Amino acid sequence: MTAPNHRWRNFKNAVVQTLTFACAILVVTPLVLVFYHLISKGFGSINLAFFTQLPKPVGEVGGGMANAIVGTFILLAQAALYGVPVGVLGGVFLSEYGGTKLNWWIRFAADVLNGVPSITWGIVVYALMVVPMRGFSALAGGVVLGMMMIPLVMRTTEEVLQLVPGGYREAALALGIAQWRAIVQIVMRTALKGIVTGVLLALARVAGETAPLLFTALGNQNWAHKLTEPISAMPLQIFIYAISPYDDWHRQAWAGALVLLVLVLAVNIGVRFLTRDRFRQRI
Amino acid sequence: MPTTTHPTTSPEPEQKSAGAPALTVRRLSVSFGGNHVLKNTSLDITARAVTAIIGPSGCGKSTFLRALNRMHELTPEARVEGEIRLFGEDIYARNVEPVVVRRRVGMVFQKSNPFPTMSIVDNVTVGLRLNGVRNRKLLAESTEQSLRMAALWDEVKDRLHAPAISLSGGQQQRLCIARALAVQPEVLLMDEPASALDPLATAKIEDLILELKKDYTIVIVTHNMQQAARMSDFTAFFYLGELIEFGPTAKIFTSPSQKRTEDYVTGRFG
Repeated sequence: MTAPNHRWRNFKNAVVQTLTFACAILVVTPLVLVFYHLISKGFGSINLAFFTQLPKPVGEVGGGMANAIVGTFILLAQAALYGVPVGVLGGVFLSEYGGTKLNWWIRFAADVLNGVPSITWGIVVYALMVVPMRGFSALAGGVVLGMMMIPLVMRTTEEVLQLVPGGYREAALALGIAQWRAIVQIVMRTALKGIVTGVLLALARVAGETAPLLFTALGNQNWAHKLTEPISAMPLQIFIYAISPYDDWHRQAWAGALVLLVLVLAVNIGVRFLTRDRFRQRI
Repeated sequence: MPTTTHPTTSPEPEQKSAGAPALTVRRLSVSFGGNHVLKNTSLDITARAVTAIIGPSGCGKSTFLRALNRMHELTPEARVEGEIRLFGEDIYARNVEPVVVRRRVGMVFQKSNPFPTMSIVDNVTVGLRLNGVRNRKLLAESTEQSLRMAALWDEVKDRLHAPAISLSGGQQQRLCIARALAVQPEVLLMDEPASALDPLATAKIEDLILELKKDYTIVIVTHNMQQAARMSDFTAFFYLGELIEFGPTAKIFTSPSQKRTEDYVTGRFG
């Protein structure tokens, strides 16, 4: 092998390495930019009133989005209530029961649903709930977020259950334990952290959804007292404020975006901690 | 009971050790999606004795073992034909629940598999608890008794609530034996229980098996000829899915009637 040949190779290697590194940095850059921008524009508007007060009418300075923050949590709680049992049990079916052919179709459907644009979900629930009930409601908002969670939770549950070594299932059945008990008390318990992780990530994902809520929860400048009333949520409030012509509302929108991002980030970091020793425990 | 017509199956062994057969296997065949892994096997497994199953990899040893407690039903494409009677009762009869069979015929696996989310004591009692036993006194008694029988009590009695996976490999396997014993099975199936353990841990398991055979019927699959010769009262040699020879261990290892058995036990193949 001659020396020039070698140099040419090293050069090519350096080019590819630089290119891939640049792309990797490009992935991180938006997060840093978004964070920088949100902190510089929104941090100043975060104060106690932001978390405790209702929006003030146009023209009055101050106020907060307490109703939107509480609304987001009410919607997420509903979404978890509707989405988690169905998603987890569906995942259990895919992993533990079910013929392979049926499973293929269910998996395919779940993957398609995961890719459905979120506004489509909104329209579907608008037609199924808002129109028959003659009004936008917190209930419809919770249902749409719950429906979006189902395929996500189902697939992650299936994946983490599949990570549980088959030996545990066999050992449980060899003890004369009924299959459903073995699944619930041994297989699911072994994969519990993974299931919780999947649920949290799904919640974090739907927490930022805006489009489906425009068709269902609608938004509300006041407290919602019943689940049948329209309710506000942070992404909705941010949307409404951001497209308004008022500077004070713009500032509040920045602050809201910052709080929402911190919330989602906190869930992601929490999940990292949860899963940290999952792999240490195994094998 | 009709005896097998298979030409290579040796005559029934003389019942030198105590008791009637615990398991009578007749014309047992197992296939996976048309692939016949075990063909037309008949033999009697003597109660309160150790029966060793030997043979090269892929000869159907584990398949035979897993047919004895209906573990094949977890594999959708598995087909089991023939008849297996546990103390006279057909375990594949339509009205017999596999769950009940598995409580009477326990199993210990090659890779020790204590449940990782549970403590030592919870692992021992899990079979009883998940079958509805709530009585704490009973569970405590069962824990001590099972761990003593598995020769693990003295090593773990001060840390019963420690995670099961904090134990060493040999201790984990003895914990799995204790877990299987806690549901008081009549037969204990062991699928190469010591193959992943060091010699010292292996010796402990072997001592334990010799102790257990006073109360239990034991069927053990092993790749280790010396282990089979040391521990078992009867030996069955499988080759390519067929039972080649079955008889008292002393006879199989000193004067086998089949050439292939002799070749295998003397290490000429396999």
